[in-house]
Amino acid sequence: MTSDIVFFLLAAISVFTALMVVFSKSPIYSVMWLIACFFSIAGHYVMLNAQFLAIVHIIVYAGAIMVLMLFTVMLLNLNKESEPHKSILSKSIGIITGGMLFLVLLAAMRSTQLGPYSAPETTDVGFVQKVGMKLFTDYLLPFEMTSVLFIAAMIGSVVLAKKERNI
Amino acid sequence: MSSPVDYTAIFIQFIVAMGFVVTTMVVSHNAGPKRKTSDKLEVFECGIDSEGNARMPFSIRYFLTAILFVMFDVEVIFMYPWAVNFKALGAAGFYEMLLFVGTLLLGFIYIWKKGALKWE
Repeated sequence: MTSDIVFFLLAAISVFTALMVVFSKSPIYSVMWLIACFFSIAGHYVMLNAQFLAIVHIIVYAGAIMVLMLFTVMLLNLNKESEPHKSILSKSIGIITGGMLFLVLLAAMRSTQLGPYSAPETTDVGFVQKVGMKLFTDYLLPFEMTSVLFIAAMIGSVVLAKKERNI
Repeated sequence: MSSPVDYTAIFIQFIVAMGFVVTTMVVSHNAGPKRKTSDKLEVFECGIDSEGNARMPFSIRYFLTAILFVMFDVEVIFMYPWAVNFKALGAAGFYEMLLFVGTLLLGFIYIWKKGALKWE
């Protein structure tokens, strides 16, 4: 089946790029690999017939959010000379928290019943028309709430980043 | 109704676009003759000798502009499923969107009056 081949190809790309995000030495390269990862995940969305989500994922995540990520990396002042050496304490804290997450995932994996799952062959919930109709009728209140969330984010960013003029 | 198969054309276009960039870069890097001198390999920036490295901390104003861009980017995303269903939703949908955009307009006026868009 071609869809199986495409899925495994996309899955391999996503896993590889995600691993490269972690293993890249330079944070800028990590961000670039993350963009590639987002594109492959958008491919997964198209495979799942969620085309609106795929386009939103590319425009918002691969476009806008990654610009923010790059800016954040550049704001961090990551000079080679001023690279702080992590102490043993912070290293061990990282190992413990990571290990606990791994344990949780392992427990979740153990309790999962792996079996054949037949996904519905054709779904049309991901189309723009369907998403729009749902959003503007059933989920109207959450939609209007997002505008309040936007205002909160705008005010927050302006307050944090804008230097107040001395009057 | 469209299915994932319909996106094969876009996928092919994506491959062609990527392939063009990769091929052009690889060929132009490897096909031509190369004479490397220390002057040629220097970092070139409008004829001015570069100072320091690229990891200088820069102004937070860029970040502020970018984060405000993301806000309005997502707003436009919400307009897309609305525009597709514009006729089906009728007048009610129009007022719903008006409320949404009006609320965001308040935020826009706020950042405008605060001078966050000004580059001092």
